Amino acid sequence: MAAEKKPEIVVSVRDLKTAFGTHVVHDGLDLDVRRGEILGVVGGSGTGKSVLLKAIIGLIKPAAGTIEINGKNRAEMTAEEDRLSRREWGVLFQDGALFSSLTVAQNIQVPLREHFHMSPSLMKDLALSKLTMAGLELEAAAKFPSDLSGGMRKRAALARSLVLDPDLLFLDEPTAGLDPIGAAAFDGLVKELSKSLGLTVFLVTHDLDTLVRVCDRIAVLGDQKILINAPLKEVMAFDHPWVREYFHGPRARAAGAT
Amino acid sequence: MAETLAQNDFMTVERGSPSALVHLRGDWTIDNAVVIDEAMPAIVAACGEGAVVDCSGITGMDTTGAVLIRRYLAHIEEEGAAVLTGVLGAHKTLLEVISCCPPPAQTEPDHTPWYLLPVIQAGGATILALRSTARLLGFLGLVLIRLFGALFDPGRIRLVPVVHQLEVVGLQSMGIVGLISFLIGAVMVNQGAIQLAKFGADIFVIDMLGIGHLRELGILLTAIIIAGRSGSAFTAQIGSMVLHEEVDAMKTLGMEPIDVLVLPRLMALTLSLPLLTFYADVVGIAGGAMMAWIQLDITPANFLIYFREVISIDHYWVGIIKAPFFAAVIATTGCFHGLRVQGSADALGMRTTRSVVQSIFLVIVLDALFAIFFTSVGL
Ligand SMILES: Nc1ncnc2c1ncn2[C@@H]1O[C@H](COP(=O)(O)OP(=O)(O)OP(=O)(O)O)[C@@H](O)[C@H]1O
Ligand SMILES: [Mg+2]
Repeated sequence: MAAEKKPEIVVSVRDLKTAFGTHVVHDGLDLDVRRGEILGVVGGSGTGKSVLLKAIIGLIKPAAGTIEINGKNRAEMTAEEDRLSRREWGVLFQDGALFSSLTVAQNIQVPLREHFHMSPSLMKDLALSKLTMAGLELEAAAKFPSDLSGGMRKRAALARSLVLDPDLLFLDEPTAGLDPIGAAAFDGLVKELSKSLGLTVFLVTHDLDTLVRVCDRIAVLGDQKILINAPLKEVMAFDHPWVREYFHGPRARAAGAT
Repeated sequence: MAETLAQNDFMTVERGSPSALVHLRGDWTIDNAVVIDEAMPAIVAACGEGAVVDCSGITGMDTTGAVLIRRYLAHIEEEGAAVLTGVLGAHKTLLEVISCCPPPAQTEPDHTPWYLLPVIQAGGATILALRSTARLLGFLGLVLIRLFGALFDPGRIRLVPVVHQLEVVGLQSMGIVGLISFLIGAVMVNQGAIQLAKFGADIFVIDMLGIGHLRELGILLTAIIIAGRSGSAFTAQIGSMVLHEEVDAMKTLGMEPIDVLVLPRLMALTLSLPLLTFYADVVGIAGGAMMAWIQLDITPANFLIYFREVISIDHYWVGIIKAPFFAAVIATTGCFHGLRVQGSADALGMRTTRSVVQSIFLVIVLDALFAIFFTSVGL
């Protein structure tokens, strides 16, 4: 694969500042995501995890700072470069963001139609495979998103984010709303894909089990910055009230973090 | 070297014994998927009855590649046996993840044959129209019950939303209602004067303007503008609340959606439409007066004197009395369709369209009934 000549740091964020009006969400935030790692991003509700993700993928314009993906500065890309670069990453939004007027299978085929001219039979095959991978029943393929449960929508959205075989996957709370068995299977799937495809994953989550089982490093978001970005052990030893509470609370113990 | 049966950038088929030997090579990734997929019929034909597929030459593979390999195997297997060998360690797990071929499943909703479509659509539309009318009447009844209930229990009326809606549907519509009424008044005089001048009766254009605008055009135009502007907004606002389960949340919190969403809009519109109509009447007459001045040299003062002589106040009342009824129809239709939105953004769009079309239709039908009524009572 062509991965060898690509830089070791896939996403590099420097001095990022984002704000909505006077409400500053991030200020002076630095973050590196290395190739092939699964980076877990944690932080309290409203600390700006989703906003950080949207800033990286270019949906929110930062007030200051630079964001580089695969060594290319997003602010300096031409429109065509930008379009092509979008093929290299998949995004799973916090609330799924499926197109409500398309069936699940058609939703998954949207990126394929957009970027390739494949035969209908291959597209159908790919869509169904991705559905199976995401752990969705095949009866769901012909259903509309509004006819699915919240967890099923999430899986369908995951299947859509995987369909272009991206190098880089952004997941916003993928296991929220999944049953524990489904969540565990999902953890397994992400780990498996990252191992066999060399996938880099940016994973926003509140799920301690996922953090413990899947993530190579954990970035903690707080006080408008990344407090620490390190493997689980170091993060747990980190001295910050919120971090301590988070990783040493009753739920963390139940997840076997301590 | 064995005889080569077929070959392309990604694979070579060799004659082997007993079955053909397929060497895969190169990057089996999504970027090459189209080429690899298109080559399939030729390769499968070359394989004849079964083949051994050797993956050891593959340099890169992703999930799409794994699906492609599985498709090749499945197609070869239709003719005979297919065996997969030489899978690299790195690709093994990937192939396992993809290995189970999903059973055929539907990916699109059912389609009906084209020749049945017109019949089904005509029947469906009829049933829909009947049902929709019945439901709308039921909804109107429900709203009226809540409305009269609220008269005895004024605490249920939410004043702040009423005032807010008054501003949005009343005050903010004044610009467009005024502009259109003014233009229509002017155009009526302009066109009417040309025609009436042929009989030397161009002064009667003022009679025409007064009667036509006060009785019919003023109120009808205002109602149609408001149906397009506010009726559609009602449907879209309430509909998107339904889609986001806000209305369900309201119900569980013990709030009655009709009280919270429908009554304020209904009251605000019933209050503002007569006021808007009065305003449209004044502005329309002013437009006519201006045109009369320019075209017929009738000064505004003379216009007014003549106008007061020939136009009785009854014409004005006939127009204005219709306004609250039209308002009730527009608000009820708009809110009704909003609350009936289901499922997707498509449904929201469809309901909004239907709400506007239906309320304009109902307004015109009602106007016709009023015309018959007023004629028979001699107004
Ligand atoms: N479009 C927006 N306009 C204004 N403020 C916004 C917008 N989107 C997010 N915010 C604000 O930015 C802050 C961070 O929001 P964000 O959605 O990133 O939180 P989060 O960390 O993802 O929380 P959660 O864990 O609950 O998903 C919040 O205070 C929120 O109010
Ligand atoms: Mg979030």
